[in-house]
Amino acid sequence: MGAQKKGGARVSEDSEEQSRQRLQAILLADSFTTKFRPVTLERPKVLLPLVNVPMIDYTLAWLESAGIEEVFVFCCAHSTQVIDYLETSEWHSHPNLVVRTIESHKSISAGDALRYIYEQQTETSQIQGDFVLVSGDTVSNMPLADLIQEHRERKKRDEKAIMTMVIKKSKPSLITHQSRLGTDQLFIAVDPLTKQLLHYEEDKVDYARGSVCLDKSLMESNPSVLLYNDMQDCYIDICSPEVLSLFEDNFDYQHLRRHFVKGVLVDDIMGYKIFTHEIGSSYAARVDNFRSYDTVSKDIIQRWTYPYVPDINFGGNRPVKLGRQGIYRACDVVQSRSADVGASTVVGYGTKIGNGDRILNSVIGNGCSIGSNVVIEGSYIWNNVTIEDGCEIRNAIVCDGVRIRAGAVLEPGVVLSFKVVVGRDFVVPAYSKVSLLQQPMKEDSDEELEYADSSSGTADRLSGLSLEMESKGSELGPDGAGYIWEVCEGAHDEEWKHSVAPIPEDKLAEITQAMDDYDDMEDESVVPTSGELKSDADSINTDVNDPGDDYGYFEKEVEGTFLRAVEEGIKVELGVLEINSLRLSYNMESADCAGAIFYSMMKLAVDTPHSSASELYKTASSIIAKWKGLLGFYVKQTDEQIEVIMKFEEMCQETAKELGPLFAQILHVLYEKDVVQEDAIMRWAEEKAGADEADKVYLQQCETFIQWLKEASEEEDEDDDEEED
Amino acid sequence: MPDVQSTVLEFVNKLRKRKIEGSQATAKCTVELLRSVISQQRVPHSNQASALIDAVKAVGEQLVAANPVELAVGNVVRRVLHIIREEDLSLATAAMAGLDLLDASDDDGEDDNCKVVGYSAMSAAVAAAAARSTLRPPSLQTLLEGTPESAAVPYTSSSGADSESKSKSADKSSITRKLKHDVIEGVNHLILEISGCHEQIAEQAIEHIHQNEVILTLGSSRTVLEFLCAAKEKKRSFRVFVAEGAPRYQGHLLAKELVARGLQTTVITDSAVFAMISRVNMVIIGAHAVMANGGVIGPVGVNMAALAAKKHAVPFVVLAGSHKLCPLYPHNPEVLLNELRSPSELLDFGEVSDCLDFGAGSGSPLLQVVNPTFDYVPPSLVSLFITDTGGHNPSYMYRLIADYYSADDLVM
Repeated sequence: MGAQKKGGARVSEDSEEQSRQRLQAILLADSFTTKFRPVTLERPKVLLPLVNVPMIDYTLAWLESAGIEEVFVFCCAHSTQVIDYLETSEWHSHPNLVVRTIESHKSISAGDALRYIYEQQTETSQIQGDFVLVSGDTVSNMPLADLIQEHRERKKRDEKAIMTMVIKKSKPSLITHQSRLGTDQLFIAVDPLTKQLLHYEEDKVDYARGSVCLDKSLMESNPSVLLYNDMQDCYIDICSPEVLSLFEDNFDYQHLRRHFVKGVLVDDIMGYKIFTHEIGSSYAARVDNFRSYDTVSKDIIQRWTYPYVPDINFGGNRPVKLGRQGIYRACDVVQSRSADVGASTVVGYGTKIGNGDRILNSVIGNGCSIGSNVVIEGSYIWNNVTIEDGCEIRNAIVCDGVRIRAGAVLEPGVVLSFKVVVGRDFVVPAYSKVSLLQQPMKEDSDEELEYADSSSGTADRLSGLSLEMESKGSELGPDGAGYIWEVCEGAHDEEWKHSVAPIPEDKLAEITQAMDDYDDMEDESVVPTSGELKSDADSINTDVNDPGDDYGYFEKEVEGTFLRAVEEGIKVELGVLEINSLRLSYNMESADCAGAIFYSMMKLAVDTPHSSASELYKTASSIIAKWKGLLGFYVKQTDEQIEVIMKFEEMCQETAKELGPLFAQILHVLYEKDVVQEDAIMRWAEEKAGADEADKVYLQQCETFIQWLKEASEEEDEDDDEEED
Repeated sequence: MPDVQSTVLEFVNKLRKRKIEGSQATAKCTVELLRSVISQQRVPHSNQASALIDAVKAVGEQLVAANPVELAVGNVVRRVLHIIREEDLSLATAAMAGLDLLDASDDDGEDDNCKVVGYSAMSAAVAAAAARSTLRPPSLQTLLEGTPESAAVPYTSSSGADSESKSKSADKSSITRKLKHDVIEGVNHLILEISGCHEQIAEQAIEHIHQNEVILTLGSSRTVLEFLCAAKEKKRSFRVFVAEGAPRYQGHLLAKELVARGLQTTVITDSAVFAMISRVNMVIIGAHAVMANGGVIGPVGVNMAALAAKKHAVPFVVLAGSHKLCPLYPHNPEVLLNELRSPSELLDFGEVSDCLDFGAGSGSPLLQVVNPTFDYVPPSLVSLFITDTGGHNPSYMYRLIADYYSADDLVM
């Protein structure tokens, strides 16, 4: 009541004093993604506990202390839960912060949400000026007042400056090219003087090459450009009202970054500009996936988010006491003497910890009961969870009301949704997601929305399900309850990227290996990764060629000739003539010609659009069949043939990796078409036999083929012998 | 009433979010808030003192819980409670004296014995209470005796007012009004004391700082600033070494202010304190809180300076306004001695972010950053406390503290 009165008073104040606008924020209480499924099927993401406090409390507490006076909370999925929570929480009648909720069920993206707000606000005109746009899963302690002031002043000078985007320095992993929050590495280009955002590249960056393509016009129109690859987008934006109308005008904008920012930067809509603001010592991060859930939780425990830390009562949370080694313990914890609670751990109210338990780097919620000899490492146990004796839980998320029966094991990356029961001695495989609800059908998982979750009457399904469970047992052991969700195709390889578990060693080794292979090849052309570039450089992606490398030029020329021959349908004899003249002018051997021609042929095959390996194989073999005459001219001797095989091997390893798996098959084709003869293959195999393991990959691939060749020749020999006899 | 409620909430919020810094500002805000709580509190006819005490306690608990590290809040709440008890007691004694007179004047023979017995018994109780209040140090007897003064005293006044005489009832209502009035008067006095503590302490500067001395201080304290400037104004010429007070570097601010006031200032790093201490004649620091045993809670690094001073027999002087005197001992379980602030004050997040990537390795944070705000200096390292009432030995602090607080309020 008091809050409403105050709000009213402030409005009238504003009309008197135009210069001071009240600070407003739009908080999107829906992420419009499915990254937190299956948990978000039952509870909206913003209410999920982050170190035992609902995420939205962090955001609201930060907005309040940053001086925001009015927040519009946009609810979509599970809107009633969000609204109920806000009404019972202390934000309901907060003296400094008026929280208003906007409810919509039709929005399936941030774009829709903003369009809805725009429509609403044209009627009520609640949003009067610049506003802060955040999502409800933001954890930050940055001051906003100065930033908003900066934005306003810039707006006064330049009408077109409609948005200020907050970025923070954070180094991405050198190996996985992922930020610590589990999002892809971000490339942005900023004008060093004005801080205007010139380029924003979140996806489509070629990590393997370590390069990014910039538009030439970018360099022409800006005297200097600062490129960053170590910035993290905090998803905190100061927007002018024009942003809302832009969304209204471009009804196909869905995603804030992928569509809106790209649209403004690339399509140059009305010359609007986006600026960036880098925050120094403050913290800002968004909980976007399970990996960032883990990272942000650890940051909170390590107090980077101060004063939003567990031992300070900032929202509705009850403060806990901080002990040595960063152990936060609430007051009613019952802990056995023999239990070992290690560093960076939070234990909530009324939780019981049994004999011989080992708990490390974990967050345990309120009212949990943990049996004896349980190991919990790097996990997030929410409220009222029962864990029986001898369980092992590593790097998992366990939601409210879960029961884990004695001896069960959760492998890294497991997510157990609400009220799942894990059976006795059952081992939940790594990265599996378990829910009492069945995985939705393919059709609606295509639409990436949390919204679909809330509409489909989860409660009904739940009740029907429990009956079913009792009758037939479950996927989680005979006394368990819950479905293990299948990982959608394609996402399977990516699972380790976004999981709570750290990336396994072997995965890291695999990526490092791939990187090394690439580096070896890339030695000659070094691409600058980040730095200030003057406008005289056309693009940072210029291929640097060693001028002394005659063979490189020769190869290029041969390739050009060959392609022309293919396009114009030139006869083999004429092709031979042209390549011969090239050979003479570059002073090359016929073996070099053979290598270069073969290289061109394979390159053509790879460059021809193809969808699968078998298709690639078909094109390659047809090209070989068609141009074997040309190639055959230069591969009359065994040495030349070996050169072709070597060239082929080199290609498979470096430039055209797609051909790698097809090595043996294509070699077979070459053999069949008489381009390469048995002797050459045998000699190549002999030569390679002495090489180190890494080089032998292709030899091993063709092992059966070579074996067959050997046998065939032996038979022949035998035949000959017999004949002789 | 709702007004007070919302201001309380607002203040609680500020405390929680650590928006108010410095004991003096906090103390001032707290005492002003409590004054408005008292003035808004409706006082019943009986037990007025306990009603006030309850109201103040209720608000006080909220405030203390909001920021348990800021001991000044608890100190001020206890001071106000003490004021209420004191005023109540003095009124009761005054009333008793009046009643005794009254009793003597209209003596009409009925129930005479009974009354006299009753009053004398009561006056004895009051006298005992008064005696106890003059004998301030919380003796074992006071602590063990179950009956708190507050329970006994209001009863006395109300039962005294039970008498049939008109003059007495008039007296009673005046007492009611007078109590609240007196309490607010007392609280106003406290406010003056808190805001004037700098001057009070600074007045003594001339006695402690001598010509051509070298003074070392650490971190930033307004009390120290005023103290040094007061000496400067009295034409003392001396030099000041300021240890910067990492990681917040408030010493830099202090150095700026000192230079602005024309003092010869040298800034040193915290780690150079030991190296410089042999040239120093006196260490002067401002305290965050002074515990009942004479121990000091000060900015982080202060213990190191105290140890260095001890080693070189340099006097270690602590300046503390009376609101910083805490009636609790550092070993009390409810005392939270320290607060860990954000690691970003030490390290740049962007630079170390690769060490904090939990995606690689074991997933456990290998890099820990601890950033404590305070340090505890045991009383044995402190040479002198200078409060607004003068200079005191560490061993005398408990006595001083007993003057300001009543034993009943120690545990809130």
